[in-house]
Amino acid sequence: MTKIGLEIHCQLTKLESKLFCSCKANYREFEPNHNVCPVCMGLPGSLPRLNQKAVESATSIAMALNCATPEKIAFFRKNYFYPDLPKNFQITQLNVYGDMSVGGEGYVDVEGKKIKIRRIQLEEDPGRLIYEGTSDRTKITLVDYNRAGTPLVEIVTDPDFENPRQVRVFLNILSDLLENLGVAEPGLEGAMRADGNVSIEGGNKVEIKNIGSFHDLEKALHFELTRQQSLHERDIEIAMETRHWDDRRKITISSRSKEEDQDYRYFLENDIPWVKIDQETRDVLKKNMPESISSKKERYVEKYDIAPQVADILSSDRYYSDLFENAHNESNAKDIANLITTDLLGFIDTREKRETSKVTPQHLADLVNAVNAKTLTRNSSKIALQEIVKSGKSVKELLDEMDLGQVSDSSEIDNIISQIFEEEKQAVQDAKERPETVNFLVGKVMQKTKGKADPAKTLELIKSKLGQ
Amino acid sequence: MNLNTSILQYIEDVKSGSFTVEEFISATIDRIKMVDGNVHAYLSLNDSAINDAKLIDKKISSNEKVGKCYGFPISIKDNICITGTKTTCASKILENFVAPYTATVVNRLNDEDAVITGKTNLDEFAMGLTTEFSAYGATKNPWNIDYVPGGSSGGSAASVAANECLASLGSDTGGSVRNPASFCSVVGLKPTYGLISRYGLISYANSIEQIGPMTKTVKDNAFLLNIIAGQDSNDDTTIDNKNPDYLNEIEKGIEGKKIGIIKEMTTADGLSQEVSTATKESIQDFEGLGASCEEVSLPTIPYTVAAYYTITSTEAGSNLARYDNIRYGYEMESEGYEYNSYISKSRTKFGPEVTRRIILGGFVPSAGHAGKYFLKALKVKSKLISEINTAFEKYDYLIAPTAPVQPFRFGEKIDDPVTLMLLDYNTVTANLTGKPAISVPYSVINGLPIGMQIIANSLEEKSLFQAAYALETKTTIPEVPL
Repeated sequence: MTKIGLEIHCQLTKLESKLFCSCKANYREFEPNHNVCPVCMGLPGSLPRLNQKAVESATSIAMALNCATPEKIAFFRKNYFYPDLPKNFQITQLNVYGDMSVGGEGYVDVEGKKIKIRRIQLEEDPGRLIYEGTSDRTKITLVDYNRAGTPLVEIVTDPDFENPRQVRVFLNILSDLLENLGVAEPGLEGAMRADGNVSIEGGNKVEIKNIGSFHDLEKALHFELTRQQSLHERDIEIAMETRHWDDRRKITISSRSKEEDQDYRYFLENDIPWVKIDQETRDVLKKNMPESISSKKERYVEKYDIAPQVADILSSDRYYSDLFENAHNESNAKDIANLITTDLLGFIDTREKRETSKVTPQHLADLVNAVNAKTLTRNSSKIALQEIVKSGKSVKELLDEMDLGQVSDSSEIDNIISQIFEEEKQAVQDAKERPETVNFLVGKVMQKTKGKADPAKTLELIKSKLGQ
Repeated sequence: MNLNTSILQYIEDVKSGSFTVEEFISATIDRIKMVDGNVHAYLSLNDSAINDAKLIDKKISSNEKVGKCYGFPISIKDNICITGTKTTCASKILENFVAPYTATVVNRLNDEDAVITGKTNLDEFAMGLTTEFSAYGATKNPWNIDYVPGGSSGGSAASVAANECLASLGSDTGGSVRNPASFCSVVGLKPTYGLISRYGLISYANSIEQIGPMTKTVKDNAFLLNIIAGQDSNDDTTIDNKNPDYLNEIEKGIEGKKIGIIKEMTTADGLSQEVSTATKESIQDFEGLGASCEEVSLPTIPYTVAAYYTITSTEAGSNLARYDNIRYGYEMESEGYEYNSYISKSRTKFGPEVTRRIILGGFVPSAGHAGKYFLKALKVKSKLISEINTAFEKYDYLIAPTAPVQPFRFGEKIDDPVTLMLLDYNTVTANLTGKPAISVPYSVINGLPIGMQIIANSLEEKSLFQAAYALETKTTIPEVPL
């Protein structure tokens, strides 16, 4: 049986500061080595100051993943030399001497299957190594410590996945969940990383590291399964080892490093006293936790009669659900939901477009109101929304400016219908013989009015002119 | 000008206009220039000391608010960071390290208008008991320059004893304040773990070490603790001491107090005849002061030195891992090295004692050995804590000589690491248990000092000072012959 397990690292980028100092948790906007201080640079004499908010965020994640959370937690030093590690040890957590990390023994439902979460721990991200130069002779490594000390949550699953597809579904669920919690931005480059471990029936466990994206992870897992199966078919033993994903060649390579043998000499980080997380704190965290995705979805379907597929899209994306929550009221919820999922989704389909979008919940509410009041057609509302995304102008402004107001005056529409009947004699004839083709004529009227004619009224007037 | 004065007397004299801060600081610098060639207490001097003194004089003359220290001169152990000055830890590996920030204790001194004279010598990274392991040469004992001053804060103790300042800040991981205090006949306090911020103290074994004041008198020590103790947002391990005034009621006496004489520390094989005799005399003094003394046994003590070196080496191995010469350090050609070989090469600059402890620190907590060494050492530590807590249910103080022997000649023990380690026998207990302990100058025999150690329960510094002051009133220490 195929067994796949994951080790996911997620930065808590929504936090203001790093795990042990007041440098920014979001290091991405800085020049190299400009988001550093004596603490995150590990200068002699500096001491870590624990960011309590990071403990709270990590505990919220543990609770959202149905984990047991201990009464008090401790930090450990993981000792190893690496140039991206300013102190040459990483402050992390360990459960060898009892449950001292932020959470453990949780699970996530993935298509009806429980994927068990073995443990969740809070730790510091190392700096970043940047390799410059192409040939080995001139290769130099640059170190950027801006990232060093960024709060990182490590989530380790049991080897419960049966195939790479399940892994993908899980990662999507997890990434939506973390975003919904408001603690992380999994879409940010490098903010969420995953390593995998794979074994097949009768074979040893192989760890795969150095995987750049979730997309690559799926590919790496596929490659590794095929590799292991082909070894197995030829009766070659599958060695227990760590392999690195070669992004260029799209294969896994035995890392041949001593990494597996490394002794990290874990011991308590005494510069950080034990952190108590009492029942009261946990209750407050639980109370303040945003509504879960599944509960949101259920509410949308049951309370507002929104189609399950639509509710799914809305609830699983914090950005859309926030827009929806702030725009809707009892009566227009369904229309707002549809506006988001049919029109808005297409206009802001990239991260960049989403970040620059000027749409507010008020815009959405105004658009739906205008359509319902028949001052704007559905069609015009879509045009208006596209403009709003770019300019952020109010619906009222756009109605005046873009001449989008709905035409529902009968005589005005009648005039246009007369013109169409002149121009489209064949179509008029067709419509008389086959009433189902009447939509062609309605379409022509809409075209002429740039979508502003009231479609219901237009149909009614055409039908009466046709004598139907 | 009499430089052999206490901080409290100095402050009175400055206030009454007997001399200016500048006059005193100038005289102190002259004294340093005169004697430090022999003593070698300092590694570097503060060039702006005179200027700092002038500024304080100006405050005094213009009736501005003056800090509590009134410009008294204080030296700082060279493992405590001060912005813009070198902090070497007496190591070649930090030869050119200039900290971009100042330790909390130094900030607090500056805020109260103390004048920093300079940075004092130590055993490299505070690992040693004689300052012979300084990469920049040993400090000499002002009582006899053929003898060691103790360590690792040997430079701090010698600077105070030789009147090259009125006080010093040392650090105490296993006795590094108390041992040289005893050897140089000054008062040295290792406070309760967490009482003084370690922010800016370069870590050796961070779970048990504390910065400690070293002074000529017990009252000066309490005065200094008032200034530097208390919670610090830059050090999560600091505790709220409720800011008591340690000088208040310091003369209260110890009438009716119960004192436990630690059996294991007063009957050990290594105890010298002179120290043994002095201890007995001090017990009589305590009884004469109205306290009752009896022997108490803490049976775990014989294992404490082994546990201490296991724990401190483990932490040192980790704390000193950052010295890889990548981000700061000294000039080294990097051509031809990949990072592992570069790090190995750069770390050959560590001296022999530091190297020994780093190697030990790589071994005792390693997989397959941790259970036999590191974890066992932690068990010794927790057993010792429960024993000492039980003792404090019955006794107000525990006493023992600070060091089992008097100062010895240079070179006498440096080649015998285990004998050197046993010098910590009486001091490591306070570190392993986090309890406050003070060394008080007791007597000078054959021209060499002996100090007595008093240990109190956690956060009982105020009571500890009362006992130390009481003992001090019973002693007569001759003038240092330098």
